[in-house]
Amino acid sequence: MSRVHDMGGRFGDGPVVPEAEDAEHYPEAWQARAMALTVAAGACGKWNIDMSRHARESVRPADYARFTYYEKWLAGLADIAVETGVLSRAELETGTAEDAPAFSPLAADAVPAALAKGAPADRDSNVAARFGPGDMVRTLRPAANRFVDGGHTRLPGYAAGATGRVVRMHGTFVLPDTNAHGLGEAPEPLYAVAFAAGEIWAAPEHPRDEVIVDLWQSYLEPA
Amino acid sequence: MPHDTGHDDHPHALLPPDPALRVKALETILTAKGVVDPAAMDAIIDTYETKIGPRNGAAVVARAWADDGFRARLMQDATAVVSELGFFGRQGEHVVAVENTADTHNMVVCTLCSCYPWPLLGIPPAWYKSDAYRARAVREPRKVLADFGVTLPGDKAVRVWDSTAEIRYLVIPERPLGTEGWDVDRLSALVTRDSMIGTGLALSPDAA
Repeated sequence: MSRVHDMGGRFGDGPVVPEAEDAEHYPEAWQARAMALTVAAGACGKWNIDMSRHARESVRPADYARFTYYEKWLAGLADIAVETGVLSRAELETGTAEDAPAFSPLAADAVPAALAKGAPADRDSNVAARFGPGDMVRTLRPAANRFVDGGHTRLPGYAAGATGRVVRMHGTFVLPDTNAHGLGEAPEPLYAVAFAAGEIWAAPEHPRDEVIVDLWQSYLEPA
Repeated sequence: MPHDTGHDDHPHALLPPDPALRVKALETILTAKGVVDPAAMDAIIDTYETKIGPRNGAAVVARAWADDGFRARLMQDATAVVSELGFFGRQGEHVVAVENTADTHNMVVCTLCSCYPWPLLGIPPAWYKSDAYRARAVREPRKVLADFGVTLPGDKAVRVWDSTAEIRYLVIPERPLGTEGWDVDRLSALVTRDSMIGTGLALSPDAA
């Protein structure tokens, strides 16, 4: 069921390589352009953040593994621009626009306000909270989108079928599983759920360690 | 949405193989279509190079160290508190502060992508977005901390927060000993980016 991006707990990746606090964000200039292009294009309003994430994680596993970070962003952006009809395949291939611009792009002087405004994901919801802090819950297994086979979900594979304790109720938030597929925002309660390391790993490092995962109510059942 | 088709019909495969040419081609066609304005891209890059970065988060942490009332409000509703300081924005719309104590060390990761509190810490470092960090931080946080040269006391618990939703976590590191009476500006110089992700500790006064 899993996709390549769902890598929490995976073995074999080697050491994490720290870097200086003042290291360059973009060792190569194109990386900065890729970041800014993705942020600027998102302002066209034709896709949301869940669609963007799904586009990146839908890149073929071989490409996902081979691409550097901002190459994944570029691939996701190109794919979602075509999927949503913003670009045709021919336009992407030839670089020539087939018709007049249909958008008015984010202007430079509007950037500070757009970045400061962000895109809050909390929404009013009529879904009643089933759980509260201290409640024990069990996650769905397998970790999978229940609306679209192979679709987007934010339940990591390592936390599927696990029992944990609600430590916080965040409010009601847009459900990525529907929102990534144009099926609506379907807001519902979102919780922080703590799992003992020994519940999810075969060889936990320490008996008191925990992993806390933000999970939507529909990913959970009472335990 | 694209699902598994058995062959690669992903549109991105139509772009040139070289990444620099790929971004140029995509920027050119999206500009021609009126989707982006290159001047706005320059402004976005400049914002995260010169205006938004980890000094924002450090200001929050230093004030939490110096002011108990501020700290209490931050722990209660960090989104409201950072908004008052002008640190609300893209990838920081919902903020939760988690506090390191003598008993517990907090550490933040995004195993599924690279979620990070941009308005407080800026653009994430390469290691935060690396496969190694995403894969290992949840399973063996103490070994990951060792990669950063950090060793925790054996009786301290580690809580790893996997940012799977739009909540962005800010770690409040422990205040270093020997800083009694320091003002906020002086304290903020001890607050590193890594200490606010939880892969580092705040600097000791001798190191600052």
